[in-house]
Amino acid sequence: MIENLEDQISTALKNSKAQYVEIRIESTSSTSLRYRGRELDEINKASRMGGCVRALAGGGWGFASFNDLKNLKENVLTAVRNAQLVGGNPITLMDVEPTIAKIRHEVKRDPTKISLADKTRLLNEYVEEIWSIPGISTSSIGYGDAFHHKIFANSEGTYIDHEKLDISIRLNAVARDGSEVQQSGISLGSAGDYSKVEHLHEHARNVAQRSIDLLKAPQVKGGEYTVVLEPVLAGVFIHEAFGHLSEADHIYEDPRMKEMMYMGRRFGGPHLNVVDGAAVPNLRGSYQFDDEGTPSSKTYLLKEGILVGRLHSRETAAKLNEKTTGNARAINPQFPPIVRMTNTYIENGTATPAEIIGDIKDGLYVSNWYGGMTSMEQFTFSAGEAFRIHNGKIKELCRPVMLTGNLFTTLESLDAIANDLDMNQGGGCGKGGQMPLPVSNGSPHIRIQRCLIGGA
Amino acid sequence: MVEHNDTIFKLLEQAKKKGESAEVFYLSRYREPIVFEANKLKTLELQETSGVSLRLIKNGRIGFSSTNVIHEPNTLIENAIETAPFGPIPMFEFPNFRVFNPVQTNDPATKSFPIARMIDLGQDLVEKIRELNPEVLCDCEISKNVTTIIIANTNGGFATYTTSVFAISINGTLIDGTDMFFVGDYTLGCKPIENTDELVSSVSTQLENGKVISDPVNGQVDAIFTPRGVASAIIPPLMSGFNGKSVLQGSSPLADKLDKIVFDKKIRIWDHPDQHMIPGSRMCDDEGVSSKRMPLIDNGVVRNFLYDLQTAGQSNKESTGNAHRSLSSPPSPGISVSVVYPGDTSFQDMVANTKHGIIVEGLLGAGQSNILGGDINANVLLGYRIKNGEIVGRLKNTIINGNVYQALKNIKALGNDSKWIGGSLRTPSIYCSGISAATRE
Repeated sequence: MIENLEDQISTALKNSKAQYVEIRIESTSSTSLRYRGRELDEINKASRMGGCVRALAGGGWGFASFNDLKNLKENVLTAVRNAQLVGGNPITLMDVEPTIAKIRHEVKRDPTKISLADKTRLLNEYVEEIWSIPGISTSSIGYGDAFHHKIFANSEGTYIDHEKLDISIRLNAVARDGSEVQQSGISLGSAGDYSKVEHLHEHARNVAQRSIDLLKAPQVKGGEYTVVLEPVLAGVFIHEAFGHLSEADHIYEDPRMKEMMYMGRRFGGPHLNVVDGAAVPNLRGSYQFDDEGTPSSKTYLLKEGILVGRLHSRETAAKLNEKTTGNARAINPQFPPIVRMTNTYIENGTATPAEIIGDIKDGLYVSNWYGGMTSMEQFTFSAGEAFRIHNGKIKELCRPVMLTGNLFTTLESLDAIANDLDMNQGGGCGKGGQMPLPVSNGSPHIRIQRCLIGGA
Repeated sequence: MVEHNDTIFKLLEQAKKKGESAEVFYLSRYREPIVFEANKLKTLELQETSGVSLRLIKNGRIGFSSTNVIHEPNTLIENAIETAPFGPIPMFEFPNFRVFNPVQTNDPATKSFPIARMIDLGQDLVEKIRELNPEVLCDCEISKNVTTIIIANTNGGFATYTTSVFAISINGTLIDGTDMFFVGDYTLGCKPIENTDELVSSVSTQLENGKVISDPVNGQVDAIFTPRGVASAIIPPLMSGFNGKSVLQGSSPLADKLDKIVFDKKIRIWDHPDQHMIPGSRMCDDEGVSSKRMPLIDNGVVRNFLYDLQTAGQSNKESTGNAHRSLSSPPSPGISVSVVYPGDTSFQDMVANTKHGIIVEGLLGAGQSNILGGDINANVLLGYRIKNGEIVGRLKNTIINGNVYQALKNIKALGNDSKWIGGSLRTPSIYCSGISAATRE
């Protein structure tokens, strides 16, 4: 990356007088391609280099980010000076064993070794598949891959040199009839394995057909429904419905939140187990060390419906006197690390998907996603597709719907969990202006009673 | 700055040798935020970043690359050469403008504003909010930001300008049992802001109107979108319809509606990129094409779409000076400063004239549905119920559904309460019918 970087970092760290200092350096090379209609509209090969220093002195943090790496010593001084200006009650960090590690990322099919000619050939095939369906108005395809080389060092003696690869793709088709515009899309991704995005031809035809079918589909009436969520959308659901509230930075400084989110509180039935963990391998949210140099873990958030764990940075873990989980992440060195999810999922239950749909007289089957958001207590997640369930059978297609829920009632109303866990690797998470952070989420099919849906 | 100009011209010179023509876009950003968490000052930050992107036209195709390692141009040029054979065919030539109508967006007092005074300002703001209700837990961020842009191309075009932004945001959380009530507002401008009275009064109104939770709302209602409600519910889906790319591809519902009446006659929405000391203003767009004032909707009629150079070339139009770009992406059309012209109805009159309706101030999940089709579909994160002309409480567990093209076809009234929301939108309240609401009981 840079000559003598290790020496420069250790010299810069040595000179500091703060309680704690860390330096992060990252170089990224990425490729992105965007097709609009049949044409390649945007192409970019980018290289980035940047770093930051974060310092703790007494009651405050100082932070300095930069992309000129020539003045590390000065950057450390700036961060320390900023920290000293804050004042206040001392902040402590949970102890983490100092580590020296070098981690190389190995994947089956490395996207950085695949030529632009091959990438555009593949994407052109998807474009042709979409346009092979008559009635399409336009399409868009976005593809991106990125290789990150990251260095983390702190004043406690940790020095971690690691790599990360990430791939994401979105296929989208648009159909229009007069002023009616409908679209359908699918997002996928992988932790660097290009073969995961290579065989999407059928998906491409499906989104095209779906966008056309949606023009004729009716809109559901707003109100409460019994809904069955397919695994990808159920993954988005658990990320929004519970994942964000498990992030301890929402809780640790707020006495009322602490009262609300106490360990042992029941949120769902005994069939509900929810996990987050970067130590779960080979997913977009997987890694060995987080951006504070803390080893990753697999954390149960809900066990048999009861709150048993949450996600931490070293500061939140110390404040709440709980174990570190390795969930402090930054999207790039321009930002300080904050508590984030990694791979979040509902564990398998015992029913088959057919069984949990089978006893619904009138309801909705919802799948695929546009997105999701949370305000902690209330949350939304939007389905790309909705189908009526009638007498236990999935029936006609309806327009996309938005679903909304409330932490204190919706998980309680989650009354059935199937046995077909699948992970959604197509999403990115946003928090504190840092977006999109690679995460994955997943679930088996789940059923929610009295779920509120927006509609005509 | 001079040193950057030199680097940019050298890069342009080198790139020129490798192709037919080239353009360099340089951006530097300085940002100094102070962050209050749970009523207390927590972090002081300094973020400095800069970078360049290169568009290189070679063998009749556009190559593109970007980097923030400015002093090593070779990788940048090689990457642009590598992408060019796959890139789009240029339907334009780089503009040769060098002289622009000046638009003042930089106040040096912003960058030099002392951190100590920012801290005082934040502490004072948090205290004032807690005087309204001592149970509110506040997060607050005050930042000073300076962005410099340089655009230069091998046809002789050159432009550079600097924008300063001083921003204050305050967010309060009020928890009662399992009820979480979120209040907050933000303000920003090119000059330092030292008076936070408006923020305090806005939060005070929210606390007052939201004290009690209203009973459920279901079915069709009249909806008053406040300026913040307009910003989150109406502007994003509407503007996606004016994007020249969507128009060209026929995916915009407005694609064949130029010069036709599509909206209520009262509606006038313009792009005003030329107002001094407004953060979204700029003398030229991100390709060095002069900005200009332009109607998008005038008296309900669709008047113009938004174009950058390439989209304009593909559509047999002229660029409207609406190219926007980040460092890592080529230009794409977008509005600079949306101005929704006010009407003559006061907010109080709108409320007084509503029998059965809602006020929408903030949405959760807006934009995560079929935006292109004009869908408004979201949970009402901050909004109130109106019954017989009175605000009767805060909406909770309530979702609304509508379509921006339907909602703006016949509006009930346009407010006289225009307000800046961020640095690129000025709008009054808009009073619509035909919004459906549902609440979980």
